[in-house]
Amino acid sequence: MDKKHIFLVLILAVMIFVFLAKPSYTENMNHKKQDTGHGTQDQIHFAAHGNAGTVGEVDTNEFDPTEFLTTWNFNNLQEERGKYYKETALSDGSLLREYWITAENKDIEIAPGVIFPAWTFNGQVPGPTIRATEGDTVRIHFTNKGDHPHSMHFHGFHPAEMDGATADQQVKPDESFTYEFKAEPAGLHLYHCHTVPLYQHISKGLYGTYIVDPKIDREPAKELIMVMNGFDTNFDEENEVYAVNTVAFYHMDHPIKVKLNETVRIYLVNILELDQINSFHLHGNFFNEYRTGTRDTPDAFTDIITMGQGERSILELKFKFPGKFMFHAHKTEFAEKGWSGMFEVEE
Amino acid sequence: MNRIINAALPLILLVALLAFFLSQGPVGVLKGFFPPVEKVFIDRVTLEPNIIILDVINDGPDETTIAQVLVNNVYYKFEMEPSQTLKPFQTAKITINYPWIRGNTERVTLLTSSGITFEKEIAVAVETPKVNEQYITTFALLGVYVGLIPVFLGLLWLPFLRTISAKWHNFLLSLTIGLLVFLGLEAFSEAIELIGKVPSVFNGSGLLIAGFFISLFVLIAISERSQRTNRANKAITLSYLIALGIGLHNLGEGLAIGSAYAIGELSLGTLLVVGFMIHNVTEGLAIVAPVARLFTNWKTYIKHLILLGLLAGGPTIIGAWIGGFAYSATLALLFLAIGIGAIFQVVYELIKYISKDSLDSLFNATNSAGFIIGILILYATGLVVV
Repeated sequence: MDKKHIFLVLILAVMIFVFLAKPSYTENMNHKKQDTGHGTQDQIHFAAHGNAGTVGEVDTNEFDPTEFLTTWNFNNLQEERGKYYKETALSDGSLLREYWITAENKDIEIAPGVIFPAWTFNGQVPGPTIRATEGDTVRIHFTNKGDHPHSMHFHGFHPAEMDGATADQQVKPDESFTYEFKAEPAGLHLYHCHTVPLYQHISKGLYGTYIVDPKIDREPAKELIMVMNGFDTNFDEENEVYAVNTVAFYHMDHPIKVKLNETVRIYLVNILELDQINSFHLHGNFFNEYRTGTRDTPDAFTDIITMGQGERSILELKFKFPGKFMFHAHKTEFAEKGWSGMFEVEE
Repeated sequence: MNRIINAALPLILLVALLAFFLSQGPVGVLKGFFPPVEKVFIDRVTLEPNIIILDVINDGPDETTIAQVLVNNVYYKFEMEPSQTLKPFQTAKITINYPWIRGNTERVTLLTSSGITFEKEIAVAVETPKVNEQYITTFALLGVYVGLIPVFLGLLWLPFLRTISAKWHNFLLSLTIGLLVFLGLEAFSEAIELIGKVPSVFNGSGLLIAGFFISLFVLIAISERSQRTNRANKAITLSYLIALGIGLHNLGEGLAIGSAYAIGELSLGTLLVVGFMIHNVTEGLAIVAPVARLFTNWKTYIKHLILLGLLAGGPTIIGAWIGGFAYSATLALLFLAIGIGAIFQVVYELIKYISKDSLDSLFNATNSAGFIIGILILYATGLVVV
């Protein structure tokens, strides 16, 4: 029976040792939740902007977001321009503006290394910016080179047969249609494909800006075109990339250069699909907002505006201070998924 | 000569066919019609202060490039070694400088060049333990708590068991079968769950099937060889086999506990440990059941008992270490499969032992009751382990 006692004592000894060893793990587990939010000093120091964002660079040979900002009526092209755009003076002093627009499938880079199989107008998203003066005649020679029916539906005054929205107004693959209407009313508008399912055709990239200038020129300014958009890359009906003019965070690394005290006019269009309410916020500054750009008096003097899908506004501002100023969606999720950029104000 | 040709002919033709296919055959034709299949598996997450490290493997058939990474829906800069493009089967390490918050749920999303996303949720973010003295002690203690002590406590039933009659001894052995069947099936269901967490290139279900049958038949063969001896030796061998089976099972259990602790999923720590302790005391009972009636004195058996206890309980410590420092679902599944094989081998031996090589006497009322009670004991004690 001695041996039995030894065995018992052995087990007891192990148990006592274990209990005396003050196990730290149960305490760790119990205190885990209470520690929430209490990061180390290092953690707090690191939490700056430095590490957020995408890695790598997009190829700007295909689509240059900086160039897009100031491009309308193909004014970025030289000899090639005539293939897409033609002006003819009419007897009443107005212009006939003709455009050659093609819908085509194209893989585009929406963030460094992320290729999106887009549907495009003329191989770019957003599509080419169309800009006319009030009273001009806009004629669009549209050809569908895609593999689904498409159309061009313009916001603005136009006859019913130019609406591009009903079933019989869809342009089938390899077919063409010519849209023609007077440019009116003056303001900031947009165009997009109006084929069902609509969300699909819009989120795939078929949209663009349509500006109608008033007959009396607006005050000279640095004019920038910004289309707020997004891309659902994994078919979960949510956007993985948000941006202004397609490329996530592009202007964070390539700030938009403006001059101190110069008038900056932003033509801002929201075409965001799926999660459609978008916003625009500017740091260190305020702007006059002209909703839809249809009136001369500002609707607001603010630093943030919120827009539903299809809404657009002309923003006018001047920078009082030199340096870098962020602009971004004030829906944090969008901002942190790509819809953030930077102005760089130079003296 | 003819025999050799007959045996080799199908193989030769197969090789020729494969060569033909690979050189020009329909494989190439088929490929063009479908978009590439991108599959990336996030195998292990390591959290260091302000840093998230992911071990990833391309477990699809095509090359895949990780273009961007999001943490909690925010794009974050990252580094990927050796490269952002992964060939099939290739592994890589992704390092993200992200100020994760202790106790939060953090969600990491990998975005491929074609826009497909792969997600990993870190349920409760806690710093991944490093191999140091404190954690080795912690996990050792964890193993001692849930494995070693309970098994040894169970072994202490031995002197009492000596006094019971042959009928009740069979009852006890049936109860042991019940315990083991329960443990085996429980481990089996855990293994099935793990299959989904194993990269598909490692073929989780294949691993389970192979691990189970290999361990089962290797152990059966070994025990057949070693049991051509007298009944006393047979009984003690049986005890060792049970201890081995339970030990392998506890290795898997240790893995689960260690990894759950390491990735911060052990929320009810104390209660869980208590549950495992009660649960595992019954394992000690199972181990000593075969030798119960042969027990004469402590002098002869103390050496065996210590060895049996270490064999059954010790692996919990090793499992907790591996689970804590280098958890891999693949490894866990393999250990579980081997453990299940070992457990069912013991069940087979016990059935043979009780039935004395004839199945007629096996299913009497006493034995059936023992079996059912064995199942119920583990079910009841398992309720404590949430």
